[in-house]
Amino acid sequence: MSDHHHKETFVTKYIFSQDHKMIAKQYLITGIIMGVIGVFMSMLFRLQLAYPEQSFSIIEAFLGRAGEGGVMTPDMYLSLVTIHGTIMVFFVLTAGLSGTFSNLLIPLQIGARDMASGFLNMISYWLFFISSVVMVISLFVETGPASAGWTIYPPLSALPQAIAGSGLGMTLWLVSMAIFIASSLMGALNYIVTVLNLRTLGMKMTRLPLTIWAFFVTAIIGVVSFPVLLSAALLLIFDRSFGTSFFLSDIFISGEVLHYKGGSPILFEHLFWFLGHPEVYIVILPALGITSEIIATNSRKPIFGYRAMIMSIIAIAFLSTIVWGHHMFVTGMNPFLGSVFTFTTLLIAIPSAVKGFNYITTLWKGNLQLNPAMLFSIGLVSTFITGGVTGLILGDSALDINVHDTMFVVAHFHLVMGVSAILGMFAGVYHWFPKLYGRMMNKDLGYLHFWLTAISAYGVFFPMHFVGLAGLPRRYYNNTAFPIFDDLMEINVVMTIFAIVGGLAQLIFLSNFFFSIYKGKKASMNPWNANTLEWTAPVEHMHGNWPGEIPAVHRWSYDYSKTDKNGELWGDQDFTPQTVPIRDGEEEF
Amino acid sequence: MKALFFIIIFVVIAVACWQFVKLLGLTKGDQTTTEKENNINGWLMLGLLGFIYGLMLYSMYGAKDMLLPQLSASAEGEHIDVLFKMTMTLVLVVQFAMQFFIFYFTFRYRGIKGRKAYFFADSHKLEMIWTITPAIVLAGLIIYGLWTWNNVMDSSDAENPLIIELYAKQFQWEARYAGADNELGTASVRMIEGTNTMGVDFSDKNATDDVPLMVGEGKFVKELHLPKGRKVIFKLRSQDVLHSAFMPHFRAQMNCVPGMVTQIAFTPSVTTAEMRLNEDTQAKFEHINELRKEKGEETVEFDYLLLCNKICGSSHYNMQLKIIVDEEADFNKWLAGQKTFAQLN
Repeated sequence: MSDHHHKETFVTKYIFSQDHKMIAKQYLITGIIMGVIGVFMSMLFRLQLAYPEQSFSIIEAFLGRAGEGGVMTPDMYLSLVTIHGTIMVFFVLTAGLSGTFSNLLIPLQIGARDMASGFLNMISYWLFFISSVVMVISLFVETGPASAGWTIYPPLSALPQAIAGSGLGMTLWLVSMAIFIASSLMGALNYIVTVLNLRTLGMKMTRLPLTIWAFFVTAIIGVVSFPVLLSAALLLIFDRSFGTSFFLSDIFISGEVLHYKGGSPILFEHLFWFLGHPEVYIVILPALGITSEIIATNSRKPIFGYRAMIMSIIAIAFLSTIVWGHHMFVTGMNPFLGSVFTFTTLLIAIPSAVKGFNYITTLWKGNLQLNPAMLFSIGLVSTFITGGVTGLILGDSALDINVHDTMFVVAHFHLVMGVSAILGMFAGVYHWFPKLYGRMMNKDLGYLHFWLTAISAYGVFFPMHFVGLAGLPRRYYNNTAFPIFDDLMEINVVMTIFAIVGGLAQLIFLSNFFFSIYKGKKASMNPWNANTLEWTAPVEHMHGNWPGEIPAVHRWSYDYSKTDKNGELWGDQDFTPQTVPIRDGEEEF
Repeated sequence: MKALFFIIIFVVIAVACWQFVKLLGLTKGDQTTTEKENNINGWLMLGLLGFIYGLMLYSMYGAKDMLLPQLSASAEGEHIDVLFKMTMTLVLVVQFAMQFFIFYFTFRYRGIKGRKAYFFADSHKLEMIWTITPAIVLAGLIIYGLWTWNNVMDSSDAENPLIIELYAKQFQWEARYAGADNELGTASVRMIEGTNTMGVDFSDKNATDDVPLMVGEGKFVKELHLPKGRKVIFKLRSQDVLHSAFMPHFRAQMNCVPGMVTQIAFTPSVTTAEMRLNEDTQAKFEHINELRKEKGEETVEFDYLLLCNKICGSSHYNMQLKIIVDEEADFNKWLAGQKTFAQLN
């Protein structure tokens, strides 16, 4: 490190920083801000769903003309669900989650001074920042933000005549996503190269913590699938602005026939879901990696089936790229293709089940330290299973016919990827806060945050399955137009109350997070008695991570409660950091 | 600037949270978790398990009357229902058991001073068991699922099916019956003009006997009539954006895609009159009508519905068509009373 003693200015240290720890913090804070916007939107449209004709001054205050008289317009409702989806999936759970923890943990846990390219890393963050800004600006354009659903299927997203949000709002959405994809590709390439090349002495691939495996494989999925979305976005821009017909054909709208001929919206759906489905694994795998680490550490036990975990991460990653068609069973795609996708989709249940069983076995006979991070991790395992099992219904083409695009789907994916990944992100923040800021978060607020969040998450999304089974489609501004849905109102109110409680509970987290940065108790070097390398680095951040030599690694990271032949703990403590050499008579796992 | 006012309130609440806990001074700065905390949270985890089970029971019991009628209104839907019940049973059993283990273990092994965790890193036997068991169960589900899928989607061997075109546009449905020759005349958006709202090509001789769906006499809604016991093949088209023809009672759904014709088929098996006498339907509508009376709205009767189920614009939430299933004789009488294009033009 030639620039070890290089004097840093405010700008190079806090703004255009190339240090992975600072970039991780930048990702986290930006992700949190976007998260606040996304969650707030969901509270507004939940109000609309539970009380469709009532007036709320909060709606008028924030939505202005689109919420005149305190009731939002149908177009604004669609905009809110669209932007909520986009922000949560991409900006919070992709960039905020993966960006934060990949950046923070990859160099620290593999024993590297920094990312392979600090410069690329910096560019990656700033592109993400620009794309966030563009997305937020799109909320303020006169015709309203994009409103064709987060899947932006053309022709709806291509024609301003079809819905007002497909005007400037949609253009900004596409520009923002294009920048976002560039950012995420730079990040992902950096992660892959760093993991492959910069591991410290002794850090074999089979000694990597599962967090790193998850980030590594996630980055590979991202590199494989994100460019396809970029092509879809570019072609859509062509159709919208330059009159090409990639996705459009035979359209009569606003009293005239448009010139488009020969394109197919189904092509767009293929391109979109070729990213869209792997995307849910891009979201959930890092969360599962974080959970693996936290559950093992706080159970004071090795993660059960380390190699099986790696195999299932790889299997999930591979399968995730060949299942996208299960989003398209009823789009008019050839039914034979539907059969193929049913087959590959249901196969994913196998590695997922293995992961679930392994987590449960890890808990078995442990000595569970139920700190906030651990609670969130256990919560993740629970919601991942609750949401995951209904995948058996949605992934089966015959069953999908009647639940496709209903609230059942909304309940399923919110639990399995939305809530699970958010819980994983919180777990990660609570666990690695001492590493990020050198201070501890308040435990009591953490507990309160977990309990309110877990209960309201289940309270919102569990009953939602049944609303879907009653036939209620998603993305309905209200359901009063159909008498057969009249009896769903009560349950809608229940879900909305839970949603508002859950949303407000996040204020507890925000308060805890921002105060702890400045006022939290000072952290010790290894507060959780963990084995991984990041806890051997000094609490005070320094460029290059370790003073002096990078520590060498002699074992895997899960030697918790390891005993010798006589059943005594090695070294009189229940953990053995990776830096401790194999002792006499000890067998490496 | 009311928005600013709300934001300030949120910030104040957040600040208050922190100050309040600080005042209580509960957290003594211990980094590791105390036994008391493990105890409280362990019990609470057991409580969360109870809450999840409670929600399951509440949703299943409370939603009993809310769901679609158990009776499928189409012959093909019965296959789907069998598969659905099988899968749902499996889902509930797995969910019930897995959640139990997660939360029970969390409670049972909550941290106690002096407890030694059991170093248990791997077991090939266990790994094999929980790779192979799901694999076998899934193989069964996949095979049965694909068989059902083929049954539902393949209508190539249907005898004398009724062919109906559904035409979707923002935000209404139009339809046309294929008429005496049971073949639809060609159509294109480029032919849309004046009253020819579906863009039918009248120079095509197949088109002349086609029967467009008109607003019923004395009524303000269109009603799509279907015969009981005869296979209906729907040809779906869209005029502008993606729509989806969703007929939940028949377990049928297919998107309408501009630029192409998609297809779905089913055999209606329960007439509207019969479905109105169905127990599930009656229970549901009794409840609905009670609620409607409370709000001072007129009571309603059960009807089959066609809903739009692909986001299509502002009024997506109100794009519907009423479906009426008649006995075949009644249906034929109704159809004979409708005007063909030749008679209309």
